Amino acid sequence: MSTSSGSPESWISSFCGLLGHEYFAEVSEDFIEDDFNLTGLQNQVPMYKEALEMILDVEPEEDEEEEEEEEEEEDEEEDEDNDVEMRDENGNSVPYRRGAERRHMKVANDITEIESSAELLYGLIHQRFITSRPGIQQMADKYELQHFGSCPRVFCNQARVLPVGCNDIPGQETVKLFCPSCLDVYTPPNSRFQSVDGAFFGTTFGCLFFMTFPEFDVSAKGDPLNLAATHPAYAAPSPTSQAATNPAAAETVKHSRSSSLTSTPVTATVNPNLPASLTPEPLPVQPSHLNGIATSNLAPGLGPGRIHEPRIYGFRVSERSKTGPRMKWLRMRPADMNELDESRRWHDSYGGTEDDVQIGGGGENGGAQVEVPSGRRKKAARSRKRGVGVMDPGAVNGGGLEAL
Amino acid sequence: MGYLEFFWALSPLDLVRETFVHIHAWLSERTVDPDEAEFLADMNRKVDWNDDVEKDEFIGLMEYFHERSSSSEDLSWPEVFISSRGNEYFCEIDEDYLTDRFNLTGLNTDVQYYQYALDLVTDVFDLDCDDDMREQIEKSARHLYGLVHARYITTTRGLAKMLEKYKKGDFGKCPRVTCNAHPLLPTGMADLPHVQSVKLYCGKCEDLYNPKSSRHANIDGAYFGTSFQNILFQVYPALIPEKTIERYQPRVFGFKVHAAAALERWQSSKREEMQERLRETGMEKCFKEDVELEDDMEEDEEEVAGLDGADDVLAE
Ligand SMILES: [Zn+2]
Ligand SMILES: [Zn+2]
Repeated sequence: MSTSSGSPESWISSFCGLLGHEYFAEVSEDFIEDDFNLTGLQNQVPMYKEALEMILDVEPEEDEEEEEEEEEEEDEEEDEDNDVEMRDENGNSVPYRRGAERRHMKVANDITEIESSAELLYGLIHQRFITSRPGIQQMADKYELQHFGSCPRVFCNQARVLPVGCNDIPGQETVKLFCPSCLDVYTPPNSRFQSVDGAFFGTTFGCLFFMTFPEFDVSAKGDPLNLAATHPAYAAPSPTSQAATNPAAAETVKHSRSSSLTSTPVTATVNPNLPASLTPEPLPVQPSHLNGIATSNLAPGLGPGRIHEPRIYGFRVSERSKTGPRMKWLRMRPADMNELDESRRWHDSYGGTEDDVQIGGGGENGGAQVEVPSGRRKKAARSRKRGVGVMDPGAVNGGGLEAL
Repeated sequence: MGYLEFFWALSPLDLVRETFVHIHAWLSERTVDPDEAEFLADMNRKVDWNDDVEKDEFIGLMEYFHERSSSSEDLSWPEVFISSRGNEYFCEIDEDYLTDRFNLTGLNTDVQYYQYALDLVTDVFDLDCDDDMREQIEKSARHLYGLVHARYITTTRGLAKMLEKYKKGDFGKCPRVTCNAHPLLPTGMADLPHVQSVKLYCGKCEDLYNPKSSRHANIDGAYFGTSFQNILFQVYPALIPEKTIERYQPRVFGFKVHAAAALERWQSSKREEMQERLRETGMEKCFKEDVELEDDMEEDEEEVAGLDGADDVLAE
């Protein structure tokens, strides 16, 4: 058995084909058949064995050979005392037949229960699968095909979102959508997703995805909503230009030339195409990478020009008014991204080196950074190890992690 | 069966499925004529009953259907406009307001066939003209009504009407998880027409969202304007929602992600700077957490004072 491309009637493909299950990846059978990946799930799922058989489509069929049925029967007898008693009362003449009938009735009665157990089990396996290499790749394909929709926030410019959970324990919360452009989570627009458990996607997947695929440019392409026409303040160039010191970002600036020309850029001072008179306060050279990710990919939907400015008859509502804005901080992002380079700022002030507080390397685009405050090192190291089984952290390109 | 044809023409099949059940229930309360019976049978055949319906799409459709089925000849032009599909965000402008020329100052330059459009809106239109012309005037009338609407909803009466709709949740709920389905308000990002479509404003996170349904994507934001929601909260300060510093924190295997956490810390410092600026106005306790913290302090001051890691605990 290779990957998920089984027969179209497999339980897994029919589950993923159900209405409201559009976000699910098809977990490959070899992933499920590897016991290591199922560690600990036995205790979380009632009727675990039956549920697993259902998922893998290995449930015995009605028209099976009698001999096989006998074996099944004996297995059942070992498991259930009831069967043994029944047989003692009824003698030996028709035990198998009766047993078979009873088994079919039992199947009919329990089928819905097993079905829901199978869905729970599949969901929990799915949570693990999508943080594995083949699983995250499958989700990347779905992401590129826009299967998850886009951010409802106006200033995110239709940035593509990912399904995530806000809890890893099933039964707590429904699936949400994570937007990499504003680093916030939203309720899916369609009510059919309100019956999908968020734990089936889990809390880790969203961020791990963008750490695994740093090449996905999450910044908005162009200006699909034509916000530039709305107000000069909203015409700020794509924050990508902040990283215009590297060639890739400079290219992006060229692509969005039309918006740069009509705008009063706040951050485009590094753009050499603009005359000096249009660039008010020159910013220091912007880092291309910061804290393990490309600067242009860090919340590009936030910051100057991407914050709602309340107005009454054209006048800004003052912060000092009772109705004044109080939530702007939530959508802020520094014009000078060097402000986020905490370790450099700290060491500029207090001396020392970055290695003092970081485990697992780091550097501009290094491996996974686990930043650990003193006294918490052990816990962090252990947790990091735990991650290895599911996803080799070495495969994670950039992106630092912090202890709780 | 005019309205049924209309219904068919406008409704994509996927919207029809659940609607059908309700239409059926509604029709069964009165006599079903042969045309309707045929329509229902036809629907049964055509619709794939395995599809789902977005809730607001469904409600919109049902309202539209009911509106169509009631004798629309008796309705005034504004009544028809308000109950049309896609116009759910509008409230009905008082006739007094609409007929007071003062309120329409300056709009004649912006609206084609202004006088005819005004006649149509005020139901005194009696021009004999061809269908094309009629359609042009109809379009102008909708534009005129929208522009007057933006002015009307900042009046006392208009605010009260929009408030009613807000309380009913007619404008939808904030999609941001932390906002806990707080009701939205329609808003424009510009006061000039033809610039930007209507957006939705959440008073809790103070941000703008795109309407879920595509039928609102063509409604001009200028028909609501940039001031309305701010005036509403000034006139009804009790409605200002409680703000919270609670937020989503991206995590990987339980760890905060460094890049996002650094931004979050920077944003928190900006928030504290704002609260510092507000201190002299006495409004620095603007978040739910400030109030709660104060309450806790009063209740068990000593315990909190003795707890070294209190901040850590709160932050978790
Ligand atoms: Zn977003
Ligand atoms: Zn909100």
